[in-house]
Amino acid sequence: MYGLFLRHFYLITRSFPRILDLIYWPSIQITLWGFISNFFATHTTYYNNAVGVILTCAILYDFLFRTSIGFNMLFLEEIWSRNFTNLFIAPMKISEILTSLIFTALVRALIGLIPAVLLTSPLFGISILELGIYLFFLFLSLYIFGITLGILVSAGLLRFGPSFENIAWSTMFLLAPFGCIYYPIEILPEIFQKIAYMLPLVYIFEEARNILINNTVDISNLIQAFMLNIIYIIISITLFFYSFNKARDKGTLINIGE
Amino acid sequence: MKTLVEVQNLKKNYGDKQAVKSISFKIKENEILGLLGPNGSGKTTTIGMMLGLLKPTSGEILIEGDKIEVDRIKILQKINFISPYIELPKKLTVKQNLIVFGKLYKIKNLNDRIDYLTSKLRLSDILNRITGELSSGQKNRASLAKSLINDPKVLLLDEPTASLDPEIGDFIRSFLEDYKKEKKISILLASHNMNEVTRLCKSILMMKDGIIVDSGSPANLIEKHGRKNLEEVFLKLSRRPNEHN
Repeated sequence: MYGLFLRHFYLITRSFPRILDLIYWPSIQITLWGFISNFFATHTTYYNNAVGVILTCAILYDFLFRTSIGFNMLFLEEIWSRNFTNLFIAPMKISEILTSLIFTALVRALIGLIPAVLLTSPLFGISILELGIYLFFLFLSLYIFGITLGILVSAGLLRFGPSFENIAWSTMFLLAPFGCIYYPIEILPEIFQKIAYMLPLVYIFEEARNILINNTVDISNLIQAFMLNIIYIIISITLFFYSFNKARDKGTLINIGE
Repeated sequence: MKTLVEVQNLKKNYGDKQAVKSISFKIKENEILGLLGPNGSGKTTTIGMMLGLLKPTSGEILIEGDKIEVDRIKILQKINFISPYIELPKKLTVKQNLIVFGKLYKIKNLNDRIDYLTSKLRLSDILNRITGELSSGQKNRASLAKSLINDPKVLLLDEPTASLDPEIGDFIRSFLEDYKKEKKISILLASHNMNEVTRLCKSILMMKDGIIVDSGSPANLIEKHGRKNLEEVFLKLSRRPNEHN
């Protein structure tokens, strides 16, 4: 596991554009959303503290995005560098590969998150830390869901090969409308609300807004998100193992590496 | 000599297509077995099953008596593989790659192992260079070092000297001969370079359409088929209609 972490650590530290890429997008996104938030603050009374609420949700969403994409990137790096076969003929259990990638994805996401969080304070006078101890649980839930999506997409890559790559990029954009990141769930049509309630994202972002706007904490939202996360991560890991076995049967593991 | 690899009635079907049709062979320690055959004859599929990348439809692969489908991780610890179709991560230096794979294979005294391979494979000049910037010959030596990082008992080589110049090709072949003698390892060599196979292998399996159509030493096969060299034997067997179909 340490070896696999090192493989990606070396890759990141060797390439300045990669480090810049990790920092650039979160920072740009946060800055952009900061200006949008400022616009809302001066033109609407929807939120009393629009900048704080929207920016906090943007940071949370970006962390989810980075975790999910980060996990997929680790997998895609092996395909692009034609190192995939080397990885799967190393004496590593699939669970060890997953654990290693899950940990490395966290490191990647944090490299992007920390500068973004630090930028919000001097630029907009906002501190995400206002969410208090619950911030940890919100991040934990988002991390688990991001990893879940990453594992699901990687299962698809294993099963269907590199052609599944584009799905890796679009997953988060696909789920974003249902996640109710910047608006309450009531905004969605009823049928979309039913779908949204099946995702942990709604509970996470509703709770973030609840804490920031109402200064109250509804633990049931956090529990609901956590329960859904557990169900989804079990499904995703099961699917990953299933895909690995299918790939061994269909020959994808050989073709994907060539 | 002890048998290190035993393949028994190995079959692989992809749907209706039979890629490998019940093949059996053994590789003893200190032996290089050549695996020849035209493209699509089932060589890569066979190697894929030996590496645990492919699930056999039926049959068994035993490495030192352990079955790959049962003790996959244990077996992967003692085998390794090199092919021109797979590469080391390009952005890492050669040394970083060797450290990464050394950690993946849980090698004790990794620095000593890297020093040993560096000296044997003449890697000292390129050890701290980016792998993606190396020449084909340098990349090949780096990949060979990776494939030996775990001191494997069984080495699977798929076209190990493809696209190399004659000097480097000769260096690799000499290295493999010496290394096999020193470590008494088993090597399965899939190659289209008939001179290489003639030089390195005491016995050969000729595959076509998923079956072993002939086997024996290079000299025996040349004599048996009344040809001048192994390439002519290869062409004869490849072009002959398959009696088993």
